[in-house]
Amino acid sequence: MESIVAHENDLNLKATELRLGLPGTDESEKESASCTKNNKRSLPECAEESAKNDDLDAQHGDCEAAPAAKAQIVGWPPVRSYRKNSLQQKKAEAETGFYVKVSMDGAPYLRKIDLKVYKGYPELLKALEYMFKLTIGEYSEREGYRGSEYAPAYEDKDGDLMLVGDVPWEMFMSSCKKLRIMKGSEARGLGCGV
Amino acid sequence: MCVFQSTINYFPEEVLEHVFDFLSSHRDRNAVSLVCKSWCRVERFSREKVFVGNCYAVSPERLLSTFPRVRSLTLKGKPHFADFNLVPPDWGGYLHPWIDAMVKARANLEELRLKRMVLSDDTLDLLAHSFPSFKSLVLVSCEGFTTDGLAAIAANCRSLRELDLQENEVEDRRGQWLSCFPDSCTSLVSLNFACLKGEVNLAALERLVARCPNLRSLRLNHAVPLDALQRILAQAPHLVDLGTGSFVHDPDSETYHKLKNAIQNCTSIRSLSGFLEVASRCLPSIYPLCSSLTSLNLSYAPGIYSNELVNLIRHCKKLERLWILDTIGDKGLGVVASTCKELQELRVFPFDPHGVGYTAVTEEGLVAVSAGCPKLNSILYFCQQMTNAALITVAKNCPNFIRFRLCTLNPTVPDAVTQLPLDEGFGAIVQSCKGLKRLSVSGLLTDQVFLYIGMYAEQLEMLSIAFAGESDKGMLYVLNGCKKLKKLEIRDSPFGDVALLADMGKYETMRSLWMSSCEVTLEACKKLAMKMPRLNVEIINENEQMEASTDDKQKVEKMYLYRTLVGPRKDAPAFVWTL
Repeated sequence: MESIVAHENDLNLKATELRLGLPGTDESEKESASCTKNNKRSLPECAEESAKNDDLDAQHGDCEAAPAAKAQIVGWPPVRSYRKNSLQQKKAEAETGFYVKVSMDGAPYLRKIDLKVYKGYPELLKALEYMFKLTIGEYSEREGYRGSEYAPAYEDKDGDLMLVGDVPWEMFMSSCKKLRIMKGSEARGLGCGV
Repeated sequence: MCVFQSTINYFPEEVLEHVFDFLSSHRDRNAVSLVCKSWCRVERFSREKVFVGNCYAVSPERLLSTFPRVRSLTLKGKPHFADFNLVPPDWGGYLHPWIDAMVKARANLEELRLKRMVLSDDTLDLLAHSFPSFKSLVLVSCEGFTTDGLAAIAANCRSLRELDLQENEVEDRRGQWLSCFPDSCTSLVSLNFACLKGEVNLAALERLVARCPNLRSLRLNHAVPLDALQRILAQAPHLVDLGTGSFVHDPDSETYHKLKNAIQNCTSIRSLSGFLEVASRCLPSIYPLCSSLTSLNLSYAPGIYSNELVNLIRHCKKLERLWILDTIGDKGLGVVASTCKELQELRVFPFDPHGVGYTAVTEEGLVAVSAGCPKLNSILYFCQQMTNAALITVAKNCPNFIRFRLCTLNPTVPDAVTQLPLDEGFGAIVQSCKGLKRLSVSGLLTDQVFLYIGMYAEQLEMLSIAFAGESDKGMLYVLNGCKKLKKLEIRDSPFGDVALLADMGKYETMRSLWMSSCEVTLEACKKLAMKMPRLNVEIINENEQMEASTDDKQKVEKMYLYRTLVGPRKDAPAFVWTL
C-alpha cells in the first residue's frame, strides 16, 4: 500500500495517488472527469488520509467500472431505439471529420484537410496559406482574390468549379467536394465581376 | 321527477344509447357496462371506439362479437421494454389477424391506432382495400412495413383524413408513395411522415398540400428542404401543427425572405417540431410563431446550441409542452422556468447517453422548472445526477404531477451530495402528488422507496423499476399497496419467487407484469401459471442452455405475464414459452 504523503509544495498528487491501474499507466482525463461528477469529494481531501485508502480504492474502482458499465448495460438509459439511432447518426456526422482533398496547381501530390475544424473562411484560408506556404490575400465580391498569386477554388456538388468565399460558410461546407488552389493567372477568370 | 333510479331502467334503449354517446372515454363506458345487463347490452352494441391495451388479452373475433359496431380500434402490442431492446425481434404483436377478422366480419373500420405492433405491407394493402370509410391511421413505434405499404394506403383510402407515423422503423423503398395520393384526394387533415428516412417527391407533396384545404397538421421528414417548406407554407397558412424537415438555408436569399413572409401568414400554428437538420442562423424566421406556441419539440434537433435554444424559448411565453435535449443545460432550464409559466409537460432527453465528461442537466434544472412552472404535471427527465433535497423541493413545488419519470444516466447513482439512496426524494414525490398515475424511478434505491410507493401512491397505474430494491419486500410493498396498479415493469432488481407468488390474484387486476434479470425461478413461474389459468405466463428464452436443462431452480432471464381471456397465444415464436 502506498503511503500518501505530500512532500513538495505543489503536492504532486498524481504521483502519489492510489489507483487501480498498473504503475506508470495514465488514468484518462475522461475517467477523472466522470469521477468528480459522480462523487463530490475532491481528490486532495481523500489522498491525505491513509485511513481512507479503502474508500479511495473503492471510489476509483467505481469510477473505473462506471464508464465501462455505462457502455454495456442493454437498454439503459431507456431511450427508444428510433430516437437513439437518429441522434447517433447526427453525432457520428458531427464527430467524423469532413475531409476534402486539396490540390495545388503544380504540386506533386494532394493534401487533405478537415473542414469541420474551421469556423469560417478566414481560418480556412490561413490554414491553406500555412499548408502550402503561399499567400492568398483578401476576398472581395467584386474582385475575387485579386492582387494575390493564388485563388482558392472548389468543386461543388454539381461538378462546377467555384470561387471560395461567395456563399455562406455552412452552405460552402455542405456543397464542397474538393478544393483546388489555382494559380493567379488562371484564377482571374473566376472573379465574380465576370 | 319521481324516483330517478328506478325510472332510468324504463327508458327506451335509444335514450340510453343517446346518453352513452356522450361518454367518450373507454373507462367510463366500461364502468357503465357493469351496471346491469341491459345497460351492458346497450353499451356493447353502441360502442364504436374500442381500446385494447394488450392485443393478446382478447381475440379479434371475440372483440368483434362483443362490439359489433366498432369503427375505431386502438391496439397495443409488445411490452413497453421492447422500446429499449429488451424484447427480441419476432416476439409478436402482429396486426394481420385483426384486419383479417374485421374483413370477415365486414366491420366498418374507420380508425386504427397502433403502438408497438408489427404490420406488413400486405396487411396495409388489405386494410386499404377493405374499408371504404377508412379515415385515420396512427402508427407509433411500429415496424415490419415499407413505403410500399404506405403507397397502398395513399392510393386506396378515398376518405383518408389522417396518416400519422411516429417513430416507426420503416424501410424506404423510394417508390414515390406520396405520389400515390390520387388527385381526387382532398380530405387530408393530418399528415406526419417525419420518421421516414428517404426522399419524397417534393412536387407531389406540394400539390397534395395545395389541394387539401382542411390540412391542419403537417410533419415533414429531413429530406424536405427549406425552399420546399416555404412553398408549402404559402399554400397552407391555416396549419395548426408544423414539423419542419431540413431548416438550412442562406439567410440572405430570396427563398429565406419568402419563408419569413409565409411564416408570418401562418397565424394558427400552435405546435412546432422537426428541425431535423438546422442552421441556427435560420431560426429567427420562426420567432414570430413563438409567442402563440403551446407545444415545441426540439428533441430531434441537436444542431441548435444552448444559447440559441434559450433565445428561442424566451419568446415562447404560452408554452404548455416542451420536449428538448439536455444540451439546454441547467441554465437553459432556468430560462424555461422564468418564461414558460403555462408549462404542463416537460421532457428532457439525453443527447449523448454514453458520453463522458459532458454535463447534461442536473437536479438544479429540475428544481428551477418546478419552482417557476406551477402548472407542471408531467415530466420525463434524463439527468446526470439527483439529490433527495431536490426531489423534496420539487414535490413541494409541484403537487400536481400525474406522470413523473426520472432517469439518471447512471442507473444506481446515489444522492450527489449525501451519497445516500434516493428513497426519501421519491418518497416525497409520491406523498405529495396524490394524483400520480405513472412513475419511473432510478438512482440508488432500497426497499424503503417501495414502502413509500405502496403507502402513498394510491392512484398509481404504471410503475417502472430498474436496478432498485434489496429484497422481495420491495416488490411486496408495491403489490400490496398500489390498488390501481395496471402495469408493472421491473429489470435488474433482486425480487424473487416469494414476491412473485405472494398474491397471485393481484395479476388478474393488472394488465401485465414484466420482470427481467431478477431472482425469479422457473419453478415459481410454472406454479403461477398453473394456479392462474387466466394469465399467460411467458418466458423469453434466448439462450439454448435453458432448453437443455430441466432445472426448475434456475433463474428466469425474462418473464412477461398478462391477463387474457383467450389462453396461450398461437403465434408465439420458438424462444417464447407459455407455461
